[in-house]
Parts: sequence; C-alpha cells; structure tokens
Amino acid sequence: MNLDIALILAIDGLASGAIYALIAIGTVLIFTVTRVVYVPFGDIAAFTALTLAALEVQKLPGTAGLVIVLACLATILELITLVRIGRPHEIPRALLFYLIVPLLLVGIVWLAKPLYSAHMVFRIIFALLLIVPIAPLLDRIVYRPIANGSVLLLLIVSMALHFALVGIGLLFFGPEGVRTQPMTDSIFVVGQVIVTGQTLLIMIAAILFSGLLYLFFEFSLVGKSLRATAVNRTGARLMGIRPERSGTIAYIVGSLMAGVSGILIAPVNTIFYDSGFLLGLRAFVGAIIGGMVSYPGTAIGSLLVGVLESFASFQDSALKDVIVFSLLIPILIWRSIVSVHSEEHDEE
Amino acid sequence: MSDRHVRLAALFAIVCIIAAPYLLSPFSITLLNYIGIYALVAIGLTLLTGIGGIVSFGQAAFVGVAAYATAWMTALNGGSPWAGLVLGIVLTCGVALILGLITLRLQGHYLSLSTIAWGLAIGFLFGNVAWLGKHNGISSVPPISIGSITLIESWQIYYLIWVIVCGSLILTYNLLDSRVGRAMRCLRGGDTLVESLGVNVFGIKVACFVIAAFLAALSGWLYAHLSRFVSPTPFEPLMGIEYLMMAMVGGAGSPMGGVVGAGIVTLLKNTVQDYLHYFVGRSAGQLEIVAFACLFILFLQYAHLGVVPWLLRLVPRAEPQRPKPAGPLPVREKPESGAPLLKVEQVERRFGGLIAVNKVSFDVKAGEIFGLIGPNGAGKSTMFNLLTGALHANAGNIAFAGTDITKARQFAIARSGVARTFQHVKLRPRMTLLENVMLGSYPRTHAGLFRGLLRLNRYEEASIRYDALRQLERVGLAEKPFELAGNLPLGNQRVLEIARALAADPILLVLDEPAAGLRRQEKQQLAKLLKSLRDDDKLTILLVEHDMDFVMGVVDRIVVMDFGEKLCEGQPREVRENPRVQEAYLGGTA
Repeated sequence: MNLDIALILAIDGLASGAIYALIAIGTVLIFTVTRVVYVPFGDIAAFTALTLAALEVQKLPGTAGLVIVLACLATILELITLVRIGRPHEIPRALLFYLIVPLLLVGIVWLAKPLYSAHMVFRIIFALLLIVPIAPLLDRIVYRPIANGSVLLLLIVSMALHFALVGIGLLFFGPEGVRTQPMTDSIFVVGQVIVTGQTLLIMIAAILFSGLLYLFFEFSLVGKSLRATAVNRTGARLMGIRPERSGTIAYIVGSLMAGVSGILIAPVNTIFYDSGFLLGLRAFVGAIIGGMVSYPGTAIGSLLVGVLESFASFQDSALKDVIVFSLLIPILIWRSIVSVHSEEHDEE
Repeated sequence: MSDRHVRLAALFAIVCIIAAPYLLSPFSITLLNYIGIYALVAIGLTLLTGIGGIVSFGQAAFVGVAAYATAWMTALNGGSPWAGLVLGIVLTCGVALILGLITLRLQGHYLSLSTIAWGLAIGFLFGNVAWLGKHNGISSVPPISIGSITLIESWQIYYLIWVIVCGSLILTYNLLDSRVGRAMRCLRGGDTLVESLGVNVFGIKVACFVIAAFLAALSGWLYAHLSRFVSPTPFEPLMGIEYLMMAMVGGAGSPMGGVVGAGIVTLLKNTVQDYLHYFVGRSAGQLEIVAFACLFILFLQYAHLGVVPWLLRLVPRAEPQRPKPAGPLPVREKPESGAPLLKVEQVERRFGGLIAVNKVSFDVKAGEIFGLIGPNGAGKSTMFNLLTGALHANAGNIAFAGTDITKARQFAIARSGVARTFQHVKLRPRMTLLENVMLGSYPRTHAGLFRGLLRLNRYEEASIRYDALRQLERVGLAEKPFELAGNLPLGNQRVLEIARALAADPILLVLDEPAAGLRRQEKQQLAKLLKSLRDDDKLTILLVEHDMDFVMGVVDRIVVMDFGEKLCEGQPREVRENPRVQEAYLGGTA
C-alpha cells in the first residue's frame, strides 16, 4: 500500500464514516432521551434510500402504506389508553397527532406525484416526509407501554423490532437492491487524489447537520428540554417537561438524521431491505466509542469506524465486518472501565 | 406441590417421552427433535439470563462453533462424531472462556451489546472462511453411531437428544440447589451484594457463561448430526434472539422454562408457517419473522415472566419441611477479647477534588461494639465502603486481624471474616428467608461446582440449612422460614440481613444503619441482640448509625467524623460532652 492508496482509502473511509456519524448521533440522541438502544435505526436509513429509489421510478413508495398501517395502530392504542385512564377530552389531540398528521404527510406525497420527476430536491423532501413519522409511531406502539422497563428489556425489544422491520421491509419494498441517481457528477482533483462531488457532499451534509443539531441543543428551548430529559427524567417532569413528548421529538430529529444519511448513501452503495442492520451496527460502534453520551465523541468514533472499515476491506474484503465488530469488544471494555456507573438494581 | 408430586410428574413426563415415537407421526418426532435441540440452548440461557441476569444475543454463535467443529471433524476429516463432540465442546467452551474473561466485567447493556458484537463476528466468520465452505457450508455430515447402532432414523436420535435434555435439566436443577447455584441466583441483586457474601462475582459469571456455552455446544453437535448439514444461517443473530425468545416465553427464571419455551416457540412457528402459506404465498418466510417479532414484543410488554411461573401459580404449593438437625458447620476461631482487630491508619479517599475521608485513624478491639457516627456528609459511608472493600483508599492502611486489606477485593475481605449489612436492604426478594440466610454461609462452606451438579453436597447442604434455621431463630424470624423475603416489612428485612451476616460466622460484623426504619420496640430487641452477640458469641461489631439514642445505648466506644475528618474518639459519655461534637451536630451557636 502506498501513500496514494492510503489517501484514497482514508477519504473513502471518512465519507462512509460521516454517514455512520449521522446515524450514530441519532442513536445517541434517542438513547440519552429515552434509554432505548435503538437498534432499528439503520433500518430507517435503509428505508429512506428505498423510498427515494421508488420515487425516482415515479412510484408511490411502500413507505406510504407502512406509515398508514402504523398510524392506525398507534391511534387505536392511544385511544384505548385515553379511554382507560379516563381522559376522553384528549382524544381530538391524539387523533390529530397520531392519525391526521401522518395521513396528511402521505396524502401530500401521493398528490404530488407529478413533481416526482421534476427535481431531485422534491424527491428528497418527499422521502423525508414519509420516513419521519415511522420512528415516533413505532415509539408509541412499541416502547411507550414499557418506557419504565430496564435498559436491557428495551434492548431486547429493539432487537425484536429490528427483525420485524426487516421482514416488513421485504413486504413493502421487495427483494431488489436499489441505487439512486448520483446527486452530482462533479469530480475534484486534489494533488494526486480524486475526490468525487458525492464524497464532498456527504461530508458537508454531515458537518451541516451536526452543526444544526448543536445549535438546536444549545439555543432552542425544545433542545434544552431534551437535554433535561436526558439528564433526569423525573427532574424534567417536575419542571413541566413531558418525557413522552421529549421522546417523540428525539425520534423525529433522529429520524431526520438517519433519513439524510440514507439519502446520502443511496447513490454510493446498493441498498437492500435488510442493509439497515449492518449500517446501524457500524454507527453503533461509533456511538459506543462516544460512550452513548458524547456527540463529538460519537462523530469521531464513527469516522474512525469508517476509516478502519475502508482499510480492512482493502486488506481482506471478506473479513471486514468480522474486523469491525471484533473491534467493538476492546472499545466496550475501555468504555466500561472509564465510565462511572451506578449499580443498577435489577429486581424481578 | 410436594416432593412426591414432583417425582410423579417427572415420571409421567419420562413415560411420555419414551412412548412418543410409538404414538406420534415421524414428522412430529422430527419436530420434537428440534425442540430438544433448541431446549438445550434455552436451558443455558435461563441460567445465564433469567438467573444470572446476563442477556446474551450470541448463543447461536456458540451452537455454530460446535456444529462446525463436529462437521469439520467428521465430514471433512473422516473422524468419528464422538471426536467431533469432544472437539466441539472444547472449542466452544474455550471460546466462551476467552470471551467471558474479556467481556464479563462489562456492566448491564454494555455486556449485552458485546454479545451482539461477537455473535455477529463469529457468524460472519462461518460465511467467509474458505475451509468451512463459505456460504455453502459443509454437507454430508455422518449420523452418530453408538456401538454398532447408527442413529439414522428420526426416532433413533430422538432418544439420544431427550436423554441429553433430561440429563441437562436435572444437572441444572441440582446446580441451582447448591452453594454455587445460590450464588448464581444472587447475581441479579448486584455485584456489591454478591461480593459481600464472599463470592467472586467475576468467577461465578464466567462459570454461568461457560455452562451456557457448554449446553449450546451439545445442541450444536446434535444439530449437525441431525440435519446432516451445516451452513452459516442458523447461527446468525436472528437465531440468537429466537433462543432468547424461547427462554423468556417459557420463563427465564427456571431451567424448565427453557424447555417449555422451546416447545411453544417451535410449535407456534410451525403452525404459523402452515397457515401463512395460505395467505401470502411467496414471502411467507419473511412474514413469519414479522409475526414472530411482533408476538415477542407483545409478550415482553405484557407478560415477561413467562409461562412456567404462571403455570406454577396454578399448582398448590405444599409447605416444605423445616430443616432437621444436622452436623455443625466449621466455626472460626475468634480472637482474644481486647486484642486489636481492625486498624485504620491515616486513611484518605478522594473523589476528584473532594476529600471524602481525610487521614482518619482508629482501632477496633476484638469483642467490643464500636460506633461510627457523624452528621450527613461526614464521610461515614465512604469509610464503610473502604472497610468492606467496596472502595479503595488513595492513601493510608487498613489492617484486619493482622493482615493488610487496604487493596484487598471485597469478596476476599468477606472471606477473611468480615460480614456486612446494607443501608438500603439488599435481599433476594424472590427467595425464602431460609435461602437468603443460607447465602450467608458461602465463605465457610466448600462444595464446588461439580459436587453441586452431581448432588454430592447433601451432607454439607443439610448442615447449611440447619445452621440457617438456627440463625433465623437467633434473630427471631424462625416462625415462617419459607416466607419470601420480599414479603417482610422493612424492619424485619434489616434483621434478616443480620441473620445472613451471622451465617458467615464472621469475626467482625459491620452494620450500616441497622436501626433505620425500625420501631422503638424493634430497636430495643436489636440492641439486645447486638449485646448478646458481643457477650455470648465473642463477636466484634462495628456500626454506622444516625440514631443517637440507639448508638449511645449499645456501643462501647465511638468515633465521630465530620467533613471527612475524625473529630474525636472515646466512650459514649465523653463523646456526648465533647463541645466539638455538639458544635458539629447542633451548629456553632448551640
């Protein structure tokens, strides 16, 4: 391996690392706010890519059907809960959030069919509109009933949910892999090394969205309420912050980031209905390097994973995943040593 | 349900198992074969997850290691399946031991995440190694033969599988009813509790992990020779979570739950497969996963204790027999009254910039009741943790009975004769009073893992049980030894903790706020008990306490701490009259 190859590999790695970083930051966001280790996050990214691909061929994506099904389920559950706890006056609000808004989003995308071929920007917006409701709806259906369970219980549920989503992905999107049109064909030559416009775009987007997230957390009240929930749920509740609402916002923001990463990766890699798991898990390695709490640490960790993966696949492409996931163990040990943990009382 | 009923039920189950091939269709027998194979893994998981509290998503990888090992040995190298079994077990347990040594110090969800990591890594390995056939796997694995009989028919291997399943179940239940097993059942109560009982937590966790892997190895070996073919798919994380599902659906709290869960999940899966076919046709496989994942989620949301505990609730329970008198347990030599027992010298502990304990020194003499008091934030709890090894001092020395314990681990200190109680009671709520006290005797008993598995520990067990009952009598809780500890009121729970500590036959008893939450009368009884322990049993007692009346009434000497420093030391009367103590408690102007 000479320096040129190393440089190419490094840039390649940084590009995929930037994509993982977007997913990983979302994962950390959701973990800190809701304590859910959200394994299916990669699936959200993969679904976005598949949605975008369907829009490219002028088809209403399967995501629309998925959102409708989830919205109906969530509405039914919410209605049952509201009636049971004796708060029927909140029903109109619940209908609005769990049924009307998601259906409206699907309706917009459905009606806007002529715009699918107009410009890529429209397609990207539509894809995001369809993808964003999924995670919050799943939150209502799957996690809300056990929001006070142990982290481990939530993790087991996440694993199960991931496998459910993979199966659902096949039903709604079919078994074919997709690769969307490149967003830009421009190529830059820096010294000896060729950098594609797509790579550059990925990095810019990663920086831009991380920056936006930073601003959101530092300077908006909603962002601050999310941070408060992450620090102490009970404390936040006493300050008038609803942990459930914070959770929903975290899922929306996180989905947005996963969606963007799915859109960025779609022109570079062929995405299948089940590509999400590995995508998510690599991001996960990054998130764990950041200790599941630190956003800069997570970003750096994800970049590291990307670069490592890129060099590993140059050495031995068959075993690159073995290498990446084996790496997780020493990282976990290091994290476990440095993090101060209070003993979790796990009583049955 | 009494012992006799259990035996009858077991006998009935065994007759059913023996009769099954004569009554059921070959297809059902094949199904039962797979249930048995999955059950082995699930039994291991109940031990690991339900009892040990270690959630593993990676058991499928262990099954795979053994399956590939035996396939490699037999199909590729012409070896005997029995050689394959040995190789499989050695390899799987070896891998588990190494992974366990590396990862089992991880906490909570970090540990579970690591099981996903190595589960995936091992799964990928199968699919990518050329000499293991990559994604095509290894075919034409020969059947197992015993002597001249080749287990080629479904019903032939059926008996082998179920003999192994029943054997594993019996051994697992034996284990759980032994000294080591009780320590395993304690793991979910947190590391501090387990270590305070003189148990090496890490060692016990590794043992759980390797036993679960051993059962997975048996399963993998049977799987390879039943299906006669191995490929990477059945050993991927999806199957790992299915095993977890079996254990949890059946009831992860008991090994039987693994068998029941494996049965339910496999049969359900089979039924779903049959019916889904009518509805959707081609993508039935994927829908099946969706249906299953959804069912699992529903199950976790509403009934995560599982089927077996629910069934057991329907069966009436007979009161077990009170332990009968048995041979005594060894008794520790107590030091001469008045001899220095615990020596704390210039001990310092910092947390970042905060000095919680600052150069504190005191001695505790054998045969006295010694009080450690001080206002909130005085550093009492930190001192307590330093003495019991839960924390380690940054500077200074602590010696117990002439041995330096400054850097000693918690369980080592406990073994050397220091027994403690907790400020926030740490009991096993789902174990009986008697069992909770039996936990305490761990450091002075010896039956190891294998004696427990093979039930060679009966003599010692009888002594442990009888001794536990005597400790309960001692503290006045012997009326209902089979009540669950979680059902006791708080005051009695504290007293139960003392009984557990006494079961260790300690030299030094360290009590963390024993009077907190006790009523007046209970406090008087406790004071009487402590004095009797000092006078009749030659025990040395150190207590950290808030309740001044209680402390002043029982202790011989006191050390007062304030802001991490030792304020004064002496007899209760002297301390009470010390102006600095009054100032610390009542403020400067008092």
